[in-house]
Amino acid sequence: MLLRALKQQAGEKGPRISILGSVEHNFFTNGSAELFDCAGQGRIDAFFLGGGQIDGHANINLVGTGDYPLTPVRWPGSFGSAYLYYVVPRVILFREEHTPRALVEKVDFISTPGVSDPGVHRSGGPIALLTGKALFGFDKTKPGFTLQSIHPGHDLAEIKNATGFRFDHDERPDQTMPPDPQTLELLRGRVYDEVAETYPDFAAQMRRDIEQPLSHAS
Amino acid sequence: MSDLRALAAYVEPGIRLALPVDYAGVSMAMTGPIIARNTRDLDLVCVPTGGLQVDQLIGAGLVRSVETSAVSLGEAGGAPRFNAAVKDGIIALKDATCPAIHAGLMAAQKGSPFMPMRGLIGSDLLRHRSDWRVIDNPMADGGDPVVLIPAIKPDVTLFHAPMADRFGNVWIGRRRELAAMAYASATTLVTVERIVDENLLADEMSAAGVLPALYVTEVALAPKGAWPYGLWGEYPTDTAEILRYARAARSAEGFADYMAGSKTQMEPA
Repeated sequence: MLLRALKQQAGEKGPRISILGSVEHNFFTNGSAELFDCAGQGRIDAFFLGGGQIDGHANINLVGTGDYPLTPVRWPGSFGSAYLYYVVPRVILFREEHTPRALVEKVDFISTPGVSDPGVHRSGGPIALLTGKALFGFDKTKPGFTLQSIHPGHDLAEIKNATGFRFDHDERPDQTMPPDPQTLELLRGRVYDEVAETYPDFAAQMRRDIEQPLSHAS
Repeated sequence: MSDLRALAAYVEPGIRLALPVDYAGVSMAMTGPIIARNTRDLDLVCVPTGGLQVDQLIGAGLVRSVETSAVSLGEAGGAPRFNAAVKDGIIALKDATCPAIHAGLMAAQKGSPFMPMRGLIGSDLLRHRSDWRVIDNPMADGGDPVVLIPAIKPDVTLFHAPMADRFGNVWIGRRRELAAMAYASATTLVTVERIVDENLLADEMSAAGVLPALYVTEVALAPKGAWPYGLWGEYPTDTAEILRYARAARSAEGFADYMAGSKTQMEPA
């Protein structure tokens, strides 16, 4: 949404954005199968995917913890991940909670794998992982994550303690660049309004967090 | 035109029942009448995910198995009775991914035994699905494994739509998954906000968004029939009510109280 807003401000054509469940951000007319048909043909360039657990090989667990099927903690399910992760070229993983229980050495259930064996059709996959503390890149040839930058207020020792898997990093990693004033204004204005259309409660919570930033520090 | 009880009579014990995703048109009005009949051993197919209705049918003890890509209450969080039933091993799970459900329905629609699809290989979803098969693509020179999804043929499909005409044609707009469900199913039950006099197939503008009566077994009137879900083009989701359910249904007792309360609400003496 930010990319679209920035491009449109510059007079360029922005990307098309599809949000599941949104009326405004839905340009499909063939039901919920159409997104997957588009992806299968390579018409979807990028996709954001979260995970209950994410491991060092970028395997994603959206099903639950413990031994399947009697998972003591059950999450909703795998949604379209076991397809989209294979066929969308640029999948950006996100998980705000950056803890050893979220970023694990090995997931309890593979909803969808980070990498595939040679010979398996795989035109897509993960390129990055963004958390509340840091940004990682993903190299499928290793396979593994490399720390790209650490968000302000956090350090390498903390990231290592909070991450359940091993990752590569520079001795002195970069700090994540905060958004410039123009970008921040877009994020808190137009992008906020667009998110609120589909996720009103999430947007309202985010507004409370923005207006009372100190409540997080306690 | 039928009433809700007549529709509920089609939902017999042990049938495979297909239900739509929360934003496509869920016939919440039918949840009460189905539970009232206490129809057990249902095998649910969520197209491609389930929510409130699925959680309530599970909570009422009517469900034997669930084939789904996910069950959740959206912004209201996890589906409490589904989660509890999984933990206790009360329901059999057929965890899927959205396009696999669509592929299975499409195979049924075409009268084909299966549909091949990409993805899935290396996932634990595939490992736990003995009904899915992996073959080497016979059109390639060698290798190229691909997954086969067997046809999904529901006994009954149930959904809610804005309108039908008096000939049984149903307006589904661009929610084509509703048509896909109906094509694949032996019986299709539809509740609607209103019944119109004019033939929806007579106007080319509306005809393309119509599920023809050919695929529709019964239509019943149920104003606000998706509530507390919203219905596209008609009314928004009542998020406060879904949150109220999510809180109540954390325990079996809270669930029973909620359902008893909404029964009084829906069926005034």
